Amino acid sequence: MTLIDLANPTRFLTLTARLLPWLAASTAALLLVGLYQSAVAPDDYQQGATVKIMFIHVPNAWLSMFVWGVMSLAALGTLVWRHPLADVAAKAAAPIGASFTFLALVTGSLWGRPMWGTYWEWDARLTSVLILFLMYLGLIALWRAVEDPSRAARAAAILTLVGAINLPIIKFSVDWWNTLHQPASVMRIGGPSLDRAFLIPLLVMALAFSLLFLTLHLAAMRNEILRRRVRALQMMQASQRSA
Amino acid sequence: MSLGPYASFILTSYALATVVVLILIAWIAIDYRRQKERLRELDASGIVRRSGRSAMDIR
Repeated sequence: MTLIDLANPTRFLTLTARLLPWLAASTAALLLVGLYQSAVAPDDYQQGATVKIMFIHVPNAWLSMFVWGVMSLAALGTLVWRHPLADVAAKAAAPIGASFTFLALVTGSLWGRPMWGTYWEWDARLTSVLILFLMYLGLIALWRAVEDPSRAARAAAILTLVGAINLPIIKFSVDWWNTLHQPASVMRIGGPSLDRAFLIPLLVMALAFSLLFLTLHLAAMRNEILRRRVRALQMMQASQRSA
Repeated sequence: MSLGPYASFILTSYALATVVVLILIAWIAIDYRRQKERLRELDASGIVRRSGRSAMDIR
């Protein structure tokens, strides 16, 4: 099966049916390994055991941006190549991305209270991630508000690409402004500054959450393809009745 | 394993992540069943796809 074959929704469904059980099993196994490593990771000399929140917070924060990046590529697919699967991919990713962003915000808040003494601060990093969350909700509302998927696709794609401007703002907010949030400690020039005892569980959890996203995204794309098939068949049924 | 004085913050974070992921999985699974059910109803009413294949042929 070549890459171009995947552009066919029916072939995509066939591949998804084959892949999903393996992906789900790999995700579950890697999550268990990651959770075990997180549980046995040593306490930080300053933060104590609260450093364990990092193993949940950071993968969700990374994925909140990564998912919008995937949606931005899909938006290009919608606007440039007008491919129906591109909009399916973007629409299916939005609720998953919103969930990861919600978890990044809430776990960050729960980590911030004992470390910073506050649940929330209107600093650049926190505020830009909150804006990302609101943009996810706005996009989901847009898709729900417009009944015809092809009409909603173009508006959603433009909004997604406009929203992508927020991604570098989130990433570099800790460098550009004086924020309460710590600067990057993994994806930075000079390599990660985290000790291996924390870095390895963090990377395992990040990989596990990335696999979780891939699994959920493929399953949600399958559902969206079926939803559009139902709609097309209902329209055929309605036109047959009126004829 | 002692989680120290902030155990409730740590446990709440993990519990919340578990709940949100389970809700996502349940939502996707329920949606899949709902779409298959609709396709089954359309198939039963005699509607076929433009390709001539059954509505229930989802592969």
